[in-house]
Amino acid sequence: MSGKNGNNRLRAREPLTDTQLLMYISVGIFVVMYAAAALTLKGGFLKPQMIFDLLNDNAALIIISCALTIVMIGGGINISVGGVIGLTVMSCALFLNNNHIESSALSILVTLLLALGIGLGFGLLQGFLVAHLEIQPFIVTLAGMFLARGLTTILSVNPVKVAHEGFQELVKTKLKISWLGYTAQNGNLIPAKIEIGAIVAVAVVIVMFLILRYTRLGRNVYAVGGNRQSALMLGINVKSTVFWSYVISGLLSGLAGFVFLMHKPAGNASVAMRSEMDAIASSIIGGTLLTGGVGNVIGTFFGSMILATIQKIIALSPLNASWWQEMASGAMLSFFILLQSLVLMRKNRSKRKAKQKAAAKTAEEKPSGTGGGTA
Amino acid sequence: MEDGIVLAMRGICKSFPGVKALNNVDFTLRKGEIHALMGENGAGKSTLIKVLTGVYEKDAGSIEIEGCPGEAHIHSPQQAQNIGISTVYQEITLCPNLTVAENMFIGRTSDRLVHWKDYEKRATEILDNLGIPARAKQELSRCSLAVQQMVAIARAVDMNCKVLILDEPTSSLDDKEVAMLFQLMRDLRGRGVGIVFVTHFLEQVYEVSDRITVLRNGELVGEYTVKDLPQVELVAKMIGKSLDDLAELEQFQKGKGAQDEVVYEAEELSSSECRPFDFKIRRGEVNGFTGLLGSGRSESVRAIFGADQVTGGKVKINGKTVRVSNPHEAMKNGIGYLPEDRKRDGIIADLSVRENIILALQTIRGMNHPIPRAKAEAFADEYIKALDIKTASQDTPIKSLSGGNQQKVILARWLLTHPQYLILDEPTRGIDVGTKLEIQKLVLRLAEEGMSVTFISSEIEEMLRTCSRLIVMRDRNIVGELTGDELTQAQVMKTIAGGEE
Repeated sequence: MSGKNGNNRLRAREPLTDTQLLMYISVGIFVVMYAAAALTLKGGFLKPQMIFDLLNDNAALIIISCALTIVMIGGGINISVGGVIGLTVMSCALFLNNNHIESSALSILVTLLLALGIGLGFGLLQGFLVAHLEIQPFIVTLAGMFLARGLTTILSVNPVKVAHEGFQELVKTKLKISWLGYTAQNGNLIPAKIEIGAIVAVAVVIVMFLILRYTRLGRNVYAVGGNRQSALMLGINVKSTVFWSYVISGLLSGLAGFVFLMHKPAGNASVAMRSEMDAIASSIIGGTLLTGGVGNVIGTFFGSMILATIQKIIALSPLNASWWQEMASGAMLSFFILLQSLVLMRKNRSKRKAKQKAAAKTAEEKPSGTGGGTA
Repeated sequence: MEDGIVLAMRGICKSFPGVKALNNVDFTLRKGEIHALMGENGAGKSTLIKVLTGVYEKDAGSIEIEGCPGEAHIHSPQQAQNIGISTVYQEITLCPNLTVAENMFIGRTSDRLVHWKDYEKRATEILDNLGIPARAKQELSRCSLAVQQMVAIARAVDMNCKVLILDEPTSSLDDKEVAMLFQLMRDLRGRGVGIVFVTHFLEQVYEVSDRITVLRNGELVGEYTVKDLPQVELVAKMIGKSLDDLAELEQFQKGKGAQDEVVYEAEELSSSECRPFDFKIRRGEVNGFTGLLGSGRSESVRAIFGADQVTGGKVKINGKTVRVSNPHEAMKNGIGYLPEDRKRDGIIADLSVRENIILALQTIRGMNHPIPRAKAEAFADEYIKALDIKTASQDTPIKSLSGGNQQKVILARWLLTHPQYLILDEPTRGIDVGTKLEIQKLVLRLAEEGMSVTFISSEIEEMLRTCSRLIVMRDRNIVGELTGDELTQAQVMKTIAGGEE
């Protein structure tokens, strides 16, 4: 009996969780915004290439947004991601220009390892400070950001252009898909072009989704973010969970640096300046709560795409000015924060109402004792 | 170990700096019984539980668990779980953002991957089996508190626990939810689980328990079967007075100032924390709210002061209907409230004695009418002298004063506003005997001068000495009101314990 019953209950549709609800909202907004742009601005929004351009231009942002999402779900924050990109880009550019490795491929591979190593180093250090010494993650990663920016400037004050030939080949390497392309005015077929970075970014989103959904570490991150004390009582190793979430976050930042270099092969002290703020915005727009426990990287992916679309729309519209873009992004962010608090308020209210109803009922059944007044 | 016993704690001692929290306490739990652990605040219940669950290390004594040869050494909650001791706390220790199924299994496996299908199937089986009205895929935060508590219990039971500790599981549940929880407890008892039930609610103990162990001041008072221990005796054992040697306390000056005029009157007043109640107090009267901890006495006076969210009721002050929905409105209507938790709700630790004294008056005057420095100094001097507050100067930060003197400063804060009705919630807790007497005398003097006072204390003698009317609460309801000749310790305890003689 219980088996049959159980199956039915398993199959029953559950109401959306907060994570799902906020994610769907984000996906919906992206679709609406993109469709509106396609209808009103003719600047290529109808061509698939536009989507690929959004991905090509924002691959690094998508990756660091994932890096932020995992620590934010765990109730933390990491604002060093932009700084780590800057340091990675500069280090890799210098390394590519100055190393004496004969094989071009090997040289690039070592550069990639260098990028991951820098990210890993930051992740390990910050994870240790946050998880084991219990220092505020905001402070730790703020310090990390300053450190990374400082080191970048020490490495080189002047911009460093990558002169490595093999790497330049890599930058030019694009996946070409002709059936998604379009015919130009002169009759030539121009295939859709996807950069390696964009493919890496999408892969990161998928891998991070799987980690957060199907591994013990991922679920523990949600538990810690949902209620740290409870997570401890449930037998979760909170310190190790927090530590590894920062390590992953750092590693992804290093990877983002390498992807950034593949898109714009030059180091510069101000590379990816303020991109941590865009990454935080992407996560929040994608439905990650700053308080932790809610969010996922699919939402974050669409959060990044929303920001990228806003940027594109404003670039193509008569309003072409950076302050319009920032204001639109800001408005979008405020809208999402508002939406999130409304969602949570509605939920809490319905719970409180139910509770009050129950309390009123019991009060009716049990009139309050012999009364209080002095007669 | 004897047959049928799942847990035997013998001679447990635990000290903290300056306090002997547990002194040679024994506790025995049998298979398939619900065993209530009773005692007032500071009796050592939580310390005993924490020793058992590995949160604290015991100083001396032994713990034996069925199925574990020899003595059990428990150093962490994790270890306690592994040998079959599970705890479900008052506040839900599950993650609200995860599903019911996940909450039941997270943190238990060393498997690196999550098998959702498997979790959900097993969770559904367990929930069905125990009759818990929750679905495996449901987000935990969408379940009622009672169901969340039951999920926590289901998790514990699934971990093959032999000893299930329920620490105040019912304090945030309503009657219907409590009934559901009790059904589950009885069911588990039938399956042979030994349940330790910690609660403040006497009626619940008698409804569901088989046996009672009473602690007082860190010592074992005794173990009794429920039928051998009438409620009134249980209260006597918890409070530590036997009914026979209760001498009448001297009745000095009490009730002299009480006049006929009603100062404050509430009808059906309720707040987010308390059930509707009626209450009135006359000019110059001292009354008290009594009851065991958690009976709702503090919640009631907090509702009067508007300290919790007021949800209904009519309030009249001096015969006029007024709205008192927050502390500011209460203060403007001449009500003062000295809170129970001095450190958290009373003092502002880093401000000076003077600043702490003028705080309430300043609030009433509003931000735009600052009290001139000279006046503030005069006020502070006046009350430091009047209440004999021992402080180096009025500029001394209040945190460097002793507890008793801090309390006097808070009292001064309210006296300065010249309230017509002053509520004192545990004004004498944690302060020395001399100051306690001073405060009691002060209360009587204020009443003579025409102030109405509500006085709450855990020490019944203290209330008998000061109050001319006692309102008795049990399980969040007013269950009696005692005046005149009824004001004896025996009568108070009988009323607290309820019905039976």
